[in-house]
Amino acid sequence: MSYTLTFSQYHEGLKKGKFLGLKCDDCGAYTFPPLGVCSNCGSSSMQVTEIEGRGTIRTFTVIRVAPEGMTPPYAIVIVELEQGPWVMGNIVGLNPDQLSLDLIGRKVIMGSQPVKGDMFTREDIRILTFHVA
Amino acid sequence: MREVAIAGVGMTKFGISEKSNLEMFAEAGLEAIEGSGVEPKDIQALFFGNCLGPFEEGQAHMAPFAASELGLPMSAPATRFEAACATSTVAFRHAAYLVGAGVYDIVLVGGTERAAAMGTSLATRTFAMGSQSKYESPAGLTFPGVFAMAAHMYAKKYTIPLDELKRCMAEVAVKNHYNGSLNPKAHFQKEITVDTVLNSMMVADPLQLFDCCPFSDGASAVVVAEANKVRGLVAHPIYVAGMGQASAGALYLQKDLTRVRARETSIKHAYEEAGVGPEDIDVCELHDCFTIAEILAIESFGFYDFGKGYDAALIGETGFKGKKVINPSGGLKAKGHPIGATGTAQITEIVQQLRGECGERQVEGAKIGLVDTLGGDFGTLCNIILRSS
Repeated sequence: MSYTLTFSQYHEGLKKGKFLGLKCDDCGAYTFPPLGVCSNCGSSSMQVTEIEGRGTIRTFTVIRVAPEGMTPPYAIVIVELEQGPWVMGNIVGLNPDQLSLDLIGRKVIMGSQPVKGDMFTREDIRILTFHVA
Repeated sequence: MREVAIAGVGMTKFGISEKSNLEMFAEAGLEAIEGSGVEPKDIQALFFGNCLGPFEEGQAHMAPFAASELGLPMSAPATRFEAACATSTVAFRHAAYLVGAGVYDIVLVGGTERAAAMGTSLATRTFAMGSQSKYESPAGLTFPGVFAMAAHMYAKKYTIPLDELKRCMAEVAVKNHYNGSLNPKAHFQKEITVDTVLNSMMVADPLQLFDCCPFSDGASAVVVAEANKVRGLVAHPIYVAGMGQASAGALYLQKDLTRVRARETSIKHAYEEAGVGPEDIDVCELHDCFTIAEILAIESFGFYDFGKGYDAALIGETGFKGKKVINPSGGLKAKGHPIGATGTAQITEIVQQLRGECGERQVEGAKIGLVDTLGGDFGTLCNIILRSS
């Protein structure tokens, strides 16, 4: 059985400003980013679909000691999309030094930005970004 | 399933070591073998834990070299396990079940890691390889970041002011550093105060340096055997009462980070297999990689209701005078965290507690102990319940 939506296809979508995900034929749930089966019911019967980019911040942190190759400080968020999936990415457009717990619950719009690859990833990878709606 | 017991344990001092992974493992392994009243030729298999050897020393495929260092027989399969920080706990569980099933009678389990040797920047990068490399790591996620997001979610969910939660988290570090001061094998053997934590540098908001365990070098090992055999070898066999292991996917798929669902699944299995409940646990070594992690764990075990465990260290309930002693060794926070060696070092502490060998940090009358190790961003959880009779 072939993988329905590969990272490579998902990543090509991000480059074009599209959020490619999966809609389950059995339960209707959305899986984003892709997995081998539906994240809700485990069905492998899914169709590629475009995901809408609106959601709500559920938690965050500001990284001040970063892995090799990254420049702190920067903020990471986990967002619940209106269509159901929870996703991870970076917050953009806010000063990382001025964030507080009030950020949790804020509505955000999803985008993406390229992250420079290193000797382990071998290529630049786009990561999801979020700015306050 | 046959009854399974631990005959002997061994560990190096945790901290900064000039010795190689294999040299440290040989020290721990020989200590465990000698303490078990057996010889290397008696060991029928090696369950070997190491996570990041290729980055630490340019050394992959370390298990057969480890067997060779110890003089184990060629007939003993030497197999590497890798489950991030839960590596050697997972190796132990597989070893114990294979002994229980009758495949082997006597085996060696352990792990080794030179995490400190990498330096902070490369260590932070390679530890982050335990996160999803396409959808998480490129955000610059670090392990402090994972638990920092759990701490923020905890404060928000239970409407606890962040500075109050941070003071309670700091008390976890104070307690575990005190315990470490009583442990000659701990990485840090000095007491700290709440101010030490709250005045330390910020690592990932809201976690500060002293909320975090260190990168450590070290090794640990235990000899696991069929129980009748162990009764013939040593005066105080420690029995494997129950075990659990569970798995979860990427952090964002887990949604509510205040509930480590894989741990709830793992501990339920371990309790059922052991025929015990949270009230029966006398002493516990759990995965306090960050202060908030200890709070999440004691709630997962049923020691506290969800949202109610955060001030346990503050009010003294998890210290030596408390009702449930948590991390008498100093935990990952003070004893140190050489990731591949951590699990069997936790087992080593519980074995020594149940044998009554811990001196100043002895939990009086401890008969049942719990080991808890978490790997990755809540991806692997493994629990071992041990009993003294």
